[in-house]
Amino acid sequence: MQNIIHVRNVSKSFSNHQALSNASIEIKEGIVFGLLGPNGAGKTTLIRILNQIIAPDSGEIMFKEQPLSAEDIRHFGYLPEERGLYKKMKVGEQALYLARLKGLSKQEANKRLKYWFEKLKIGSWWDKRIEELSKGMAQKVQFVTTIIHEPSLLIFDEPFSGFDPINANMLKNEIKELKEKGTTIILSSHNMSSVEELCDDIALINRSKVILQGNVEEIRHSYRKNIFELSFTGNHEEVVTLAQQHYHILKSIQNHHIHTITLQAKGSVAENDLLKIVVPHVQVLSFKEVLPGMEEIFIENVKKSQE
Amino acid sequence: MSAYNFFLVFQREFSTRVRKRSFIIMTIIGPFLFAAMILSPLLLATYEEEELKNIAVIDSSHLFINKIPETKNLKFTYIQTDKVQEKLKTFNQEGFWGVLFISHNVTYAPNSVTLYSQSQPGTSVKYHIEESLKKEMERQLMYTNKLYDLEKTIQAIKSHVNIRIVQIEEGGKMKETNDTLAMIVGYASGFLIYFFIFLFGSQVMRGVIEEKTNRIVEVIVSSVKPFELMMGKIAGIAAIALIQFTAWLLLTVSFITIGQKALFPEISLSETNKVVAQDIMQKQQPTQTVINIQSQAIDDKTAKMKEFYTAMNNINFGVIFGCFIFFFLGGYLLYAAIFAAIGSAVDNEADTQQFMLPVTIPLILAIYVMINTMNNPDSNLSFWFSLIPLTSPIVMMVRIPFGVPYWQAGLSMGLLVVTFIAFTWLAARIYRTGILMYGKKVTYRELYKWIKYK
Repeated sequence: MQNIIHVRNVSKSFSNHQALSNASIEIKEGIVFGLLGPNGAGKTTLIRILNQIIAPDSGEIMFKEQPLSAEDIRHFGYLPEERGLYKKMKVGEQALYLARLKGLSKQEANKRLKYWFEKLKIGSWWDKRIEELSKGMAQKVQFVTTIIHEPSLLIFDEPFSGFDPINANMLKNEIKELKEKGTTIILSSHNMSSVEELCDDIALINRSKVILQGNVEEIRHSYRKNIFELSFTGNHEEVVTLAQQHYHILKSIQNHHIHTITLQAKGSVAENDLLKIVVPHVQVLSFKEVLPGMEEIFIENVKKSQE
Repeated sequence: MSAYNFFLVFQREFSTRVRKRSFIIMTIIGPFLFAAMILSPLLLATYEEEELKNIAVIDSSHLFINKIPETKNLKFTYIQTDKVQEKLKTFNQEGFWGVLFISHNVTYAPNSVTLYSQSQPGTSVKYHIEESLKKEMERQLMYTNKLYDLEKTIQAIKSHVNIRIVQIEEGGKMKETNDTLAMIVGYASGFLIYFFIFLFGSQVMRGVIEEKTNRIVEVIVSSVKPFELMMGKIAGIAAIALIQFTAWLLLTVSFITIGQKALFPEISLSETNKVVAQDIMQKQQPTQTVINIQSQAIDDKTAKMKEFYTAMNNINFGVIFGCFIFFFLGGYLLYAAIFAAIGSAVDNEADTQQFMLPVTIPLILAIYVMINTMNNPDSNLSFWFSLIPLTSPIVMMVRIPFGVPYWQAGLSMGLLVVTFIAFTWLAARIYRTGILMYGKKVTYRELYKWIKYK
């Protein structure tokens, strides 16, 4: 798959701190890419550099294998973390203005806005002023103005912060839909469950450096700790005794007559071995490997890089 | 810079402002406010207390009995008494506002006249009494010195001199000018520029702060360059300013015309025509210019008016208007860039104070120099301040109606343009960093660092 964005050795420093040092990231076309990292790690700086709001001190950005140019901004959609609208302007007028700034003609912008306003059921707000809308309503307007020019790359900085659950869900669904249409999406987030749910690839930034990047599933597999979860009905004691020879029992839960135990292999064992031991004695309902969550990996890596 | 983006920003700034109710109201009532601003100090200065003051006069010298003229609110009652001290205790109950005591040695001893009162008399009361006593004393001294007809003689030899000022331009062309008129035109345009820079410059600042606090600015600068956004805003507000100025000018001219017709119907066109006709006749018969004291005295007022009229004709309002627009735009653009930079560096209007001082000082200074310039348009002070770009829009505008050498006007304009470009460049560098900074108290050192960022 072609890279839509290639960040090459980008560094940026402000008067008294290094925001990015020698960061390199590759983002494939058509995926949802998660930019993770604690506050102040350099995510927003990178995002602003991608949007050409600020310039890097060194390094370069490639967009579709070409050095990023000023015109490319037409193909970008950006929803910053600090997002707002002109309070005194009317919704429609403002959406039209923002769409035209992205290069749409007045007629085209009008047509597309009407479509999106209908789709999100906000058509009746057209002549209202932003200050008359609730925060959630304004978020919908912001979302529409971000995607109205059908960008090939969408960048959301902390999209879920400040969104109410209903709008956050709407946003998730729209992101999935946009991805299906072929749009590449970069999102920075603290919300690890949404990262796991939405992102194909991620990059983890801490203290201006990229400390981890790759495919979410691959990363989770590479951090596997041979932990399994087994659900069964039957003699609980017997299973525990048998399993303890090769496994540590981490957790054991009983719900009615269903037992669920979480266990970690003492050495490297094949998954089937456990099943071979227990199957003759109990009725196995489910068996799966427990992969570490992104949250865990995130915290572990951030801690490691700070040591 | 993308011209299209600039245009879109310009259009938004212009159209949202021009539709504002406050803009429409200000456009209509502006001339009234101006008139009030100019007239109210005059009215206040000439304001007189209406209260009637009855003053008891105890004249030990007997020289001034019934001699002090009464006015609308000053009455004098002459009292014969030796018991001054007692009078001072009771005058209030007797309905007197104060007691004027004139000592018997008034003709040769200073400080021999005293005005006692419970409240502080205004300067006009003191002045009136002083002048009246002085005049009466002088009159009586004339008689003592046997100068009986002196007063009449003085009246007879009183002369009127009114100097016509004629400037000889390069090439020998003569032009009649009028200092008062040049002063009025200069003062008005200098003051207007000062006022406009503050009014519309701070609108730019407020606009920038608004975009920052609304958190819209980052969305915008992901579509347009910060420089385009800044310049679009500055230009949009400049267009608003020009429209407002034009509207004010038209309204003021029509108000003056209407007001003149209603209040002073005698100063009509026919009158001025007569004056001009006279003027032409005089020019046709230069040999007959006989100095006639009597006729000159009668025509004193008309002569002044005639001079004013000729000077009006000689002032090149086209040039002044052109210069005004140039210096207004130049000054506005220079300061608007600074105002935009200030707005970008702060989170709210309250934080602007520390950065406003360097903007306010040159403008206030320009106003002080302007007052000096009106009396002395070619002084060194005026010369330099009309070249320094931060003050030149105001000071040069005051000098122009008096006539300024071309090279000075040109140099001043050139310097203004160069400085405005330099300041805009600097301001844009502060602006593009400042708009993305939140919740940080910014220092001058910080601003300097922002300028140096890549």
